[in-house]
Amino acid sequence: MRLSPDEMIFWQHGFFKLNATIVFTWGLMLVLVVGSKLITRKLSTGLKRSRWQNLLEIVVLGIEKQIEEVGLNQSQKYLDFLGTLFLFVAAASLCTVIPGYEPPTGSLSTTAALAMCVFVAVPFFGIKEQGVGSYLKSYVKPTFIMLPFNIISELSRTLALAVRLFGNMMSGAMIISILLTITPFIFPIIMTALGLLTGMVQAYIFSILAAVYIAAATRVREPKPKPERKT
Amino acid sequence: MLIDWFTVGAQALNFLILVWLMKRFLYKPILHAIDEREKRIVAELANADAKKAEAQKESNEFQHKNEEFDQQRAALLSKATDEAKAERQRLLDEARKAAVALSFKRQETLRNDAHNLNQAIRRKTQQEVFAIARKALMDLAATSLEERMSEVFTRRLREMDDTIKEGLADALKTASDPVLVRSAFDLPAEQRTAIQNAINETFSAEIHVRFETAPDLISGIELTTNGQKVAWSIADYLTSMEKGVDEILKEKDKPIAKDEPKPEEPKPETKS
Repeated sequence: MRLSPDEMIFWQHGFFKLNATIVFTWGLMLVLVVGSKLITRKLSTGLKRSRWQNLLEIVVLGIEKQIEEVGLNQSQKYLDFLGTLFLFVAAASLCTVIPGYEPPTGSLSTTAALAMCVFVAVPFFGIKEQGVGSYLKSYVKPTFIMLPFNIISELSRTLALAVRLFGNMMSGAMIISILLTITPFIFPIIMTALGLLTGMVQAYIFSILAAVYIAAATRVREPKPKPERKT
Repeated sequence: MLIDWFTVGAQALNFLILVWLMKRFLYKPILHAIDEREKRIVAELANADAKKAEAQKESNEFQHKNEEFDQQRAALLSKATDEAKAERQRLLDEARKAAVALSFKRQETLRNDAHNLNQAIRRKTQQEVFAIARKALMDLAATSLEERMSEVFTRRLREMDDTIKEGLADALKTASDPVLVRSAFDLPAEQRTAIQNAINETFSAEIHVRFETAPDLISGIELTTNGQKVAWSIADYLTSMEKGVDEILKEKDKPIAKDEPKPEEPKPETKS
């Protein structure tokens, strides 16, 4: 039994290899990009628009709204990164209904890559928003003693992101494969449906956590206003 | 080993590429379309507001014009009514004048008719009188009316008042022209001689007489000399007869004018 699609290798040349994770990722990328291209090819700016355009507008505006609710005011700046995170993870989960498909997010390599992207994006956006000094100072707040704990926190949450997604996706695929061997009827379908739900929840959690981390890093700390004295 | 570091790198790269592609093909066009739509809606709302304001303005203007038009119409109507009244009055006056003129003309015509009738009656009467007189004279004396006229004339000459005779005699003496005897008909030689003789006898002198025929004398004979005149003609009788006829006509007109219904006077009841 395979724990990860990384183990299914189609082609290898020394360090370079072409495994199922990369291939399915490309497939997903192709579907997402071509689908987007097809729908946005004939966009209507009027009041009448196609159903697909409506769907995409709902998705994009929904993501934007979620980002705003987390606390990122200029949501369009972060929409590309966070939106793509959500869409990729969600698409990877949704495609599990296709027989023979292995979700790339079921590979720890993929989730680690995504977590590392978040790990890099947090200081990137933080520095972009606050400046280097101000961002680095946030590590020694409230006291200098907190510096190692903050660094450990950064690393651990990145690890947590990667492992959480991997665990969920991998466990879903694993449970279905085990159930298929024990009760090949009905139950795998239910578990697949449950897997879809889990996948969507994971996609939401992953992107929301990333948004929260970025929001924490980009927020300029302002002194709290003093409460007015009653006369 | 669960983590393959080549795959990690490749996936990270894949993810970054996907971010760029999605930005290029999904977020940008969709957000652009949404922005465009919002702009368009805002523009349409602004346009609608502008149109509404314009419509309100036009409505006010129209109302104002309508009021003006009503006022003008009322003024024109009032003016037209006044003009019509004036015109009516004028036409009534004209009609009244025309009626008066027509009435006057009618009266004139009636008067003319009466006059013509009088003339006709006069002429007819004259003719009748002559005819009767001639017939009577012829029947009675077996002589013509003209002869009788000459006789009457000569008798009058002879029976003339002395004052008139003296006046005539003075006139005859001072006159240079011959005495003019005018008659309505040609006098026969005998009658001329009789008249000549009568004149000579009356004035006791040989007087030169010139005879002339004048049909307007209406059956009479007239002697004229130096402003003095002695005449006898049926015209005198005819004039008196005409007066009589006029009186008869007037008497005839009166009942027509008075031919209006009179309220009946209540008759006193008689008890038996």
